[in-house]
Amino acid sequence: MNPFTPAYLSAPNSPLLSVLVFLPLIGAALLMLFPRNETRTIRGFALVVSLIVLAVSLVLIVRYAPAAGSVFAFKQRIDWLPVVGAVYHLGVDGVALSLVVLTTLLTPIVILAAFSQITDRVREYMISMLVLEAGMLGALCALDLVVFFIFWELMLVPMYFLIGVWGGDRRHYAAVKFVLFTVAGSVLMLLAMLYLYFETGARSFDLAVLLGKDAIAPGKQWLPFLAFALAFAIKVPMVPVHTWLPDAHTEAPTGGSVILAGVLLKMGVYGFYRFAMPLMPDAARAAAPALAALAVVGVVYGALLAMAQRDLKKLVAYSSVSHLGFVMLGLVALEPKAVTGAALQMINHGLSTGALFLIVGLLYERTHTRKLSDYGGLFKVTPAIAVVFLITVLSSAALPGMNGFVGEFLILSGSFASTGIPAIQAWTGVATIGVVLGAAYLLIAYQRTMFGPVNEKVASLRDLAPREIVYMAPLLVLFFAIGVFPRPVLSRLEPSVKVFTALVEKRSRIVAAATPGSTVRLGAPSVVPPRPTLQVQPIPTPNLAAPNLLQRVPRPTFAPAQPPSPITRPPSPKAEERR
Amino acid sequence: MRSNALLFAIPLLPLAGAVWNAVFGRRLARETVAFVGCGVVGIAFALALVAFVGVAGGRGDVVHVAPGFSWIVAGNFAIEVRLLFDNLSSVMTLVVTGVSFLIHVYSVGYMAHDAGFARYFTYLNLFVFAMLMLVLGDSLPVMFVGWEGVGLCSYLLIGFWFEDDAKASAGKKAFITNRVGDAGFLLAIFYIGWVFAQAAPDRSFSLSYGELKANAAALAPHATVIALLLFVGAIGKSAQLPLYFWLPDAMAGPTPVSALIHAATMVTAGVYMVARLGFLYALSPVASSVVAGVGAVTAFFAATIAVTQTDIKKVLAFSTVSQLGFMFLGVGVMAYSAGIFHLMTHAFFKACLFLGAGSVIHAMSGEQDIRKMGGLWSKVPRTAKTFFVATLAIAGLPFLSGWVSKDEILDAAFHSTLPGAKIFFGVALATAGLTAFYMFRLFFIVFTGKPSHEAEHAHESPPSMTVPLIVLAALSVVGGGFFPGLLPIGKFLGEAHPPSFSESLPPMLMALGVGAAGFFVAYKLYWGGPSPTALRLATAWEKVATASREQWYVDHALGRFVPRVVMVTGFMLWRLVDFFLIDVVILGGASAFAHGIGHLARLAQNGQVQRYATTFIIGIAVLLLFFLRCRS
Amino acid sequence: MVPNEQILGLAAVLFAVGAIGFVARRNVLIVLMSVELMLNASNLALVGYGRLRAALDGHVFAFLVIAVAAAEAAVGLAIVIAVYRRRRTANLDEVKTLRN
Repeated sequence: MNPFTPAYLSAPNSPLLSVLVFLPLIGAALLMLFPRNETRTIRGFALVVSLIVLAVSLVLIVRYAPAAGSVFAFKQRIDWLPVVGAVYHLGVDGVALSLVVLTTLLTPIVILAAFSQITDRVREYMISMLVLEAGMLGALCALDLVVFFIFWELMLVPMYFLIGVWGGDRRHYAAVKFVLFTVAGSVLMLLAMLYLYFETGARSFDLAVLLGKDAIAPGKQWLPFLAFALAFAIKVPMVPVHTWLPDAHTEAPTGGSVILAGVLLKMGVYGFYRFAMPLMPDAARAAAPALAALAVVGVVYGALLAMAQRDLKKLVAYSSVSHLGFVMLGLVALEPKAVTGAALQMINHGLSTGALFLIVGLLYERTHTRKLSDYGGLFKVTPAIAVVFLITVLSSAALPGMNGFVGEFLILSGSFASTGIPAIQAWTGVATIGVVLGAAYLLIAYQRTMFGPVNEKVASLRDLAPREIVYMAPLLVLFFAIGVFPRPVLSRLEPSVKVFTALVEKRSRIVAAATPGSTVRLGAPSVVPPRPTLQVQPIPTPNLAAPNLLQRVPRPTFAPAQPPSPITRPPSPKAEERR
Repeated sequence: MRSNALLFAIPLLPLAGAVWNAVFGRRLARETVAFVGCGVVGIAFALALVAFVGVAGGRGDVVHVAPGFSWIVAGNFAIEVRLLFDNLSSVMTLVVTGVSFLIHVYSVGYMAHDAGFARYFTYLNLFVFAMLMLVLGDSLPVMFVGWEGVGLCSYLLIGFWFEDDAKASAGKKAFITNRVGDAGFLLAIFYIGWVFAQAAPDRSFSLSYGELKANAAALAPHATVIALLLFVGAIGKSAQLPLYFWLPDAMAGPTPVSALIHAATMVTAGVYMVARLGFLYALSPVASSVVAGVGAVTAFFAATIAVTQTDIKKVLAFSTVSQLGFMFLGVGVMAYSAGIFHLMTHAFFKACLFLGAGSVIHAMSGEQDIRKMGGLWSKVPRTAKTFFVATLAIAGLPFLSGWVSKDEILDAAFHSTLPGAKIFFGVALATAGLTAFYMFRLFFIVFTGKPSHEAEHAHESPPSMTVPLIVLAALSVVGGGFFPGLLPIGKFLGEAHPPSFSESLPPMLMALGVGAAGFFVAYKLYWGGPSPTALRLATAWEKVATASREQWYVDHALGRFVPRVVMVTGFMLWRLVDFFLIDVVILGGASAFAHGIGHLARLAQNGQVQRYATTFIIGIAVLLLFFLRCRS
Repeated sequence: MVPNEQILGLAAVLFAVGAIGFVARRNVLIVLMSVELMLNASNLALVGYGRLRAALDGHVFAFLVIAVAAAEAAVGLAIVIAVYRRRRTANLDEVKTLRN
């Protein structure tokens, strides 16, 4: 039987996450009662709701204090559908929490941005946004596959409407493409969930139960892993299943693009992080070289294509492909630095690409064109926009002192030192070319729009309005804050990341022999029991690394009697020499 | 080692100035902007001087460290932002703040009528901040902050007059080319982190210089790769072959910027980095040899280009590339103090030359073509005299600063035992002759002879511009005495044994000889403007001259062709792979398949009720038959 | 007494006539009449089998079918009239689409 469920169940419930997830839904429901043409009230109400959600999420940050031996907090677990083994199970670790805050921060910003940009069907737009926020928050907090799946699909519906109703000229094509791609992945994911349900013998979708069991036989992990991986890779998006992204990004209204780039893409990475890799660790590790290769190809490919674009929004869209390639590289490298960097880079990308899309929105609102050739010389016409754009470009190009650098630096330095992937140093080297190309396409875009002689089409644009400054300012402040003092963010991410890497490595049945030294750095006290340094001392809870993930109280009673488990790797002689 | 948090004031003051001018500059009077912009750098210089006296007073044993804060802490990295004020960084800090201060003052006059006055001082102050972080930072990642920061400021300042697309493009070219080098720098950091992680998996590292030095043994087997990767960064930043081509284009920026960033300070960052990591380069003779070789070849290569340039700033730009090559030759043959020494003297005389050129351009109302100049000696006397002094210094007139430092480098190359050092010495010697030639060619064409038509109305620049010129000219003269005289620089920077006089005599004499020859040829050909002989030679060797003027087509190949190939590749990938292969063939194929099935099914759905009924009845009949058959 | 075989045979014949009429004729009214014919054939079969089994349920079903057939005829004729008003035709081949 699963040894840790009782301990888990004894954990006190906290309703905070449910409040967080359902507040936007309640807000959306209330919005339906408003008269359609009261646009001012509707906008104000939507903003207030999103600000309350933001406040709740800030409370979460302040009160985030996982118990010893766990990285999760604010757990809530209610039996929901006992017939199918689905449990209403919410909880966040450091990574999920930071993405939650990213979501709750971006939502008021896009609602504020929509004040002037959306004039048609305002009420429906705001409802879509709030439902979308609920979907994202739910998916981030879910610790049960069914709950995750429901919220995952819930995100899809409002996004479809956002693109299809308020989008650009080719919105129908883009919306349908977006939905078809995502649903193709979802279907596979659903099948994989059922496969896991039966194959593990757990007859449960609860992550706590599934992770409490041993991983299924490595040979059987391939099917579900590939299905999950495809579903998440489409969302990330990884080359070659990325072609929905440029269309969706380009056609979506500004708010849609911001949320799409800022949070929705991260759902793919988060899915790998939370479900695909811990549940199928052997397949994940075996597939890591291929995923890393795809990620690096994405980095370079996205950058090259971004360079070729003539449409500002499309350029930013392809830059997302490139940036998410970095994130995936960091995640599959399975090195603490790299995964921490990947987690941080998810936030950074949300902030800086979100800001880039907001700026494109600002410009589009004024000019109604996205073509680079229609711009030029804006540095003279609208200096404030130009400065904001410059700072955002630099953040996106990972200039040291800005947020992007910390993320990329950690990802690349970590993946360079990764041990699980052959020739990772060469791959990292290729990815570093992406840093050069990143500067190239961003500066090309910047020069075409802001420098050069003033294009008369844009000669009389107005500069930033106070409302626009209000919603850009938090992003700009965060660029520098994370760039100079990343400590508070990193210290919240790293323990969770260490649990993740430990989870993937220790649950894996392929004994860690292939990766000398890989477990060495995992010995963080709060994460797993001390690594098996020497065989002479009794090893506490040898193979309980995984259960500990969700355990509030360590279970010492278990330990001393247990002999060293066969799957724990004896220290390699090399590691001994080094010390 | 002394802890001194005040050290942070040196870089942070210019940052504060930049922020101040960025926020309020547009609303303030020019005098205020200029006062703040110059003032913060002046105070930083004064602080640096105080700190320097502290270091020098202790005869180079006292090191100031400013305790910083934790920056990037994850995995086995615990990188701190900390400053280090030791002998090497003290010299660099003085050069940077001192020359910056003079050029700030000069800029007040030079940019007096520019609309972007406040923006200019914002960028310039920001540059000083970044450069000081580069110099003072106590670890490779912190150095990298400054390293990319100066690149950013360089980008902004080259494209300062952004309305001209060519100038904006030059800035972009500089930044991207620098980034190519930066990728090498980053990979070197990653490599070091990897080596450390393997050596001591349980420790975390700050990658500070002290730590690198302490773990040099672990790095030794990888020293060649790491040193070469770092040198890729230096190549990009310091405009060496093959990534030199951004620097000539960078002359699109305002001339004081060219003097400060693209001559005196930023481009010397690579030399500083190699000197700073001398212990690492000392571990790898191969890497050192590569550094020296690239330096020597670049020095010669750039000098051959400089001899045919007709733009006054381009001549100086290639001269800078060439002199940077000298510095790399110096640090390459492990004469780190000589390299840094030349870096310092070069900052003096090259800044003087650039500012002089700026003064000339100012006097000629923006004209930069030396063929339209001539006879300016009497028109701009103070500029001309200071320019002359600086030319003498770079050409290597004995006892001027340039002679002293260049001689140290040549001497070190002559006596080095590194593979290929003798060849590098020969190349450098030839370059010394070429240097004297092209510098005097420039000087004679611009200042001697009869004033041309365009030069008739030239006028001398205001004192805010000429005073820095005079100070820099004075430094060009006595700068060589600074360290050998007042302070033994070799000992100060930790050099082991300076060679004796008799040993250094042969290279010195050879250098003097080729220098004199260069001067003599230039005098014969260009005194009073290009002589008929010079013009005849130019026609006879036209193809060579054109090739030289076109930088031997290296820029065409690397600076223009490669970016175009990248762009075209991106475009082809977009249309062929993304659009055609994935969207049209694969997705289009899938959707056509679904469509085809739909079409087949639609044939049956033709709307005729009776056809449905027929199908229905036949179906029933078949089923009935089937079941009846089963029964029996 | 009429033998069961004849009753069922008559029902089968009637049903076949109705089915052929339903498929082959083009006039909507005739098609509807064919439908009625088939329904009544099945009624006959129901009653016949009911008698064979000496049970009442077959008769009950026949009444049910009669009621449904009446309703169906009413609705069907109403639709026919509505279609005829719109399209001025009672030919089934010309009524292919549900639109308009």
